Amino acid sequence: MQSNKSKLKTVLMQGNEAIARGALAAGLDFFAGYPITPSTEIAEICSVELPKFGGKFLQMEDEIASISAIIGASLAGAKTMTATSGPGYSLMTEGIGFAKMTETPCVVVNVMRGGPSTGLPTKPSQADIMQAKWGNHGDAPAIVLYPNSVSESYELSIRAMNLAEKYRTCVVLLSDEVLGHMREPIELPNLANVKIVKRITPTKPPEWYQHYPDNPKYPMPKASFGEGYRFHVTGLSHDSKGFPTNRADETAVLMSRLRNKILHHIDDIVQLESFQMEDAKVAIFAAGITSRAAKEAVMIARKNGVKVGMLRPLTIWPFPDAAVRKLLEDQETIIIPELNEGQLSREIKRVMGCSWNSESKTCKYIVQLNKTNGQLITPEEIFNLIKEVI
Amino acid sequence: MQKIPQRQIHKYLRHDKKFPHVWCPGCSNGIVLGATIRAIAELGFERDNVAMVSGIGCSSRMPVYADFNTLHSLHGRAIAYATGIKMYKPEMEVVVITGDGDGTAIGGNHFIHAARRNIDLTVILINNYIYGMTGGQYSPTTPHGDNSTTTQYGNIDPTFDICKLAIGAGATFVARTSAYHVDESKSFIMQALKHKGFSLVEIISACPVIYGKLNKKGDAPAMMKSMKENIIPVKQYEKLSQEDRINKQTRGILFHDTEKKEYTAAYQELIDSLKKPEEESNE
Repeated sequence: MQSNKSKLKTVLMQGNEAIARGALAAGLDFFAGYPITPSTEIAEICSVELPKFGGKFLQMEDEIASISAIIGASLAGAKTMTATSGPGYSLMTEGIGFAKMTETPCVVVNVMRGGPSTGLPTKPSQADIMQAKWGNHGDAPAIVLYPNSVSESYELSIRAMNLAEKYRTCVVLLSDEVLGHMREPIELPNLANVKIVKRITPTKPPEWYQHYPDNPKYPMPKASFGEGYRFHVTGLSHDSKGFPTNRADETAVLMSRLRNKILHHIDDIVQLESFQMEDAKVAIFAAGITSRAAKEAVMIARKNGVKVGMLRPLTIWPFPDAAVRKLLEDQETIIIPELNEGQLSREIKRVMGCSWNSESKTCKYIVQLNKTNGQLITPEEIFNLIKEVI
Repeated sequence: MQKIPQRQIHKYLRHDKKFPHVWCPGCSNGIVLGATIRAIAELGFERDNVAMVSGIGCSSRMPVYADFNTLHSLHGRAIAYATGIKMYKPEMEVVVITGDGDGTAIGGNHFIHAARRNIDLTVILINNYIYGMTGGQYSPTTPHGDNSTTTQYGNIDPTFDICKLAIGAGATFVARTSAYHVDESKSFIMQALKHKGFSLVEIISACPVIYGKLNKKGDAPAMMKSMKENIIPVKQYEKLSQEDRINKQTRGILFHDTEKKEYTAAYQELIDSLKKPEEESNE
């Protein structure tokens, strides 16, 4: 092993496996989950790998218990993840709200499948884009990442774990049935070069420790249970020591911290891929599995003399408003293919300043391509649409 | 064991927390908090090493007053949160404070599965027969025929026997007493804390302001007197005729099994078994 230090190792890997291995590389040492297609491989791999080095795996009685167990373990000092799909994610939302409110780091993977309800368990969708943002009661901004390849699943899994630690929140990593189950060669990085955000333990004596400092620096320090700090954690509105409060001033501080720790760090959190956008007249805005067809469509179009580019968010939430607006404002046409009924399109219309019925120029040329029958959108379908609208 | 003087109890309470507490006059929750702290103090547990986890409800407001690692989690989820803590740090003493609604209605699934695993949690379930925090709706333990704000024509639901539920699900220490029997409460909690495995101590409590008022049970002393008379040792109960058993409840250690493997120990064995082949190959 040591002689190969500088060399990258190329392996064939499945998307779900890449998420599990990425999280393990980022220091995952506790996983609790409940079986659900098409995410189950993540739990299976964790059940095999975690006990090998003293990590813990639990198969809980349901998804609510799974998210609860990982939050409990995280409070005790663990780096935690759970993985599920749409219906399970819905059950987890009460725990996700609790993790955000109590600023307890954890990662929830949602390998999206067709919905609503049980829907199409073995088919892909991108219909939880909005659930990932709004999927908790009350207002709490979300960090949601969405890769488009197996190797990026590995990288964004590490990044999700890092962002959860840095901002002490629940980070959602989206994937989909095709991305989760397909196999691609990936170059495994030398772990010595992988940037890992470690949990920062407080240096203050316990009597001065505030679990919720008013003006925190990020990465935000966090004490763990069993280490002498004896702090209180509650889902009730709380003061800087974690004790329940009804006071308007203390609640305002809490709510603004939850909001600003995400919104004031958008540049740190957001990642966008811009592909052949420099001279493009038509832009495709696509994420996840659909962006692969979009990229192919860009190449087909360019072979046919049409200047098309693609913009792809790797961070879905917080939505990269400013960057998207800047890159799309000069486009004649924006095409948004997605495996839902217009969740990303809605955001683009909002960002570009038009409502559903607006007659403004920008709005006329925002064209949706939606599919919710469990099949992927093909490059040809996107290219045909480009031909229609230019 | 020596008796812990009053001022030593204060060591286990949070003085920067705004007392007085949220509980109504005559509520038994303070008695159970006192019994729990005395049990922990007499066992000599370090405060740093104790986690107290609760869900939502009147009893679940307890952890905020106690100077341990405290988690006031979500409705019904206390045992699932506690499972995460115990699994990650098995060396910690994890105490769950829950109620009849929190523990056996919304949290019923977590309750039975933690019992099945036999994970070393000490669950103190305060059974006041009602949802007090929300103003008096019926719970899975509200007696048949009783009044609540959602059973104003009388409760038609059959009730849970929580201890039988725990035994059936695989718990290895199960005891019941009442808040009137305060020394017994402390003693059962101590034994539950010492027991390695899932332990349940059900403590029947008085809620004079809501349950008592809705059901004409009298004031707090009257409800205490009723618990004294009607919650009786198992042996005494067994001697009673079927007719005399009506309105009587048993108290005592109802089940104790020291054979069944504790869950975190079983997982540690799994971890250790995976270590061995690697060590051998290194040699």
